[in-house]
Amino acid sequence: MKIPVLRIYTISYLMFLYCPIIILPIFAFNNSSAVAFPLQGFTTEWFHNVFNDAVLGQALKNSLFVASCTAVLSALLGTLAARASTRYTFKASGPLMALIMLPMVLPEIIMAMALLVVLLSLGVRLSLFTIILGHVLVCTPFAVAILTSAFQSLDKSLEEAAYDLGEGPVSTFRLIILPLVMPGIISSLLICFTISLDEFIVANFLGSGEPLLSTFIYGQLRFPKYVPNIMALGTILVAVSITLLALAEFFRRRGLAKTGAKDTGGFL
Amino acid sequence: MSEPQKRTRFWGSEAASGLALISPTALYAILLLAAPLAATLVYSVLTDGYLTVIPQFQLCNYVGECHSQLADGTMAPDSYLGAWSDPIVRTLMMRSLFVSVLVTVATVFLAYPVAYFVSFNVTASKKSIWLFMITIPFWTSYVIRVFMWNVMISRTGVINSVLQGLHIITDPLQMSFTIQAMVVTLAHAYAPFAILPIYVALEKIDRSLLEAGQDLGETRFATFLRVTLPLSMTGVIAAVLIVFIPTIGDYVTPNLIGGGKIPMIANMIEKQMLKADNRPLGSAIAVSAMLVVGLVSVLFLFLNRRFLKGQK
Repeated sequence: MKIPVLRIYTISYLMFLYCPIIILPIFAFNNSSAVAFPLQGFTTEWFHNVFNDAVLGQALKNSLFVASCTAVLSALLGTLAARASTRYTFKASGPLMALIMLPMVLPEIIMAMALLVVLLSLGVRLSLFTIILGHVLVCTPFAVAILTSAFQSLDKSLEEAAYDLGEGPVSTFRLIILPLVMPGIISSLLICFTISLDEFIVANFLGSGEPLLSTFIYGQLRFPKYVPNIMALGTILVAVSITLLALAEFFRRRGLAKTGAKDTGGFL
Repeated sequence: MSEPQKRTRFWGSEAASGLALISPTALYAILLLAAPLAATLVYSVLTDGYLTVIPQFQLCNYVGECHSQLADGTMAPDSYLGAWSDPIVRTLMMRSLFVSVLVTVATVFLAYPVAYFVSFNVTASKKSIWLFMITIPFWTSYVIRVFMWNVMISRTGVINSVLQGLHIITDPLQMSFTIQAMVVTLAHAYAPFAILPIYVALEKIDRSLLEAGQDLGETRFATFLRVTLPLSMTGVIAAVLIVFIPTIGDYVTPNLIGGGKIPMIANMIEKQMLKADNRPLGSAIAVSAMLVVGLVSVLFLFLNRRFLKGQK
């Protein structure tokens, strides 16, 4: 019998990838503040602490606000860029798209610092709004990546048919193109929401001290006695992230099915 | 051609529609990304003042000794060394570079077989679910993941307690605050970034080429070395760059896993920009870091081209 070496390797690699997020819920319910085996017993105390923390409640509200605004703005900017680069050929397209996609590879600290220094010298006061500005920059490339594949799989003849039947450019976009790429838009909304919710560096440097979930967590990590609370909070966040992603994946696939494209897999 | 005619030609054209459509996103990126990056470049050759930056050209933020200007306009008596002259900055830069190279090599080597497996050994209908499984951990909070590694590798943590429980070791292993721990954490964080580009490149390979190789008497391994690997190099190159460039600026891992004891260049940039309030020096370090990353990337691309050409 042939040993499936590659399969065994890939599964062990996946176990390595999943290791932290599998350990997380196990200890979130463990009745001990030390994170070590053997387990001490079942408790929901840490989750109670999480739900009764006022600062955390404020952080959650701030995070949801920032993530929602970021998602809407990034999806909007992403739609425009993706549509422009897939539908029209023009000289500036290459360099402009490269600039728009740059945050995907640029070290975040450099981007955050550059933006921070400019905002401070312009006299802009740091707030949730400045965090949103930074997050939109980080998230837009992801929205563009998802939406580019959505627009690419569009059949151009559908659009031409609409023109031939007397529709203008705006109504063609609304009636034909928008419904077909809607799943891509929803998918990019969800992805951008998730990224913004988890993002730390921009939130840390472009904020003025109002807590966000990620900065709140980071701040608590110095105190060992809060570790179990953080694990409970982390469990909730991971569950939310996975749910949102599964939804995003569902919409992405439905979009591909709608336009009749072949599934090439993955978001990116 | 007369002026108005030219104009109508432009406004009705593809180029105009495309530009109009992309302009909001492009303007956003120009104002909030290109302009701040340009400002960083400019700041790096100006003079540091008290809580401000003074528009006075100098290169000492890079090389040599520099003086800040005090609030009353006189030069501060104490000097500081420019980014390239300061041995501390050099050490941190070398360490960041070393860690990034290690992480990149580890991540890409470990990721290649996974991408190969999903592309060649998984049936077409199951591919996207495998890719989804690979990307899920990546989408969960980075801070939480780094923190979990910290918890797992600490002296009283999960790994030590398991190893001790199984009587494999008697004394706990010291894993926290080591470069190895940082490399593992970063290799974990950037895994999907390496897998996806390699997978995309592998998917594009015409399967009949592999059959041809084997029909002509090559072993499977030889076919892999002579056909699959060179054809997937574009994906490997993308993977290397997409892992290498961001890791050099990583900020969270040195703070949490290194416990602040093994600072990297990102921590130095933050310190100069904020705590030390020396924006010209901070900018110079940031620009230098980008230069180093850019140089290494170009060198890598160049060597790769030579290598691929030499193969023929």
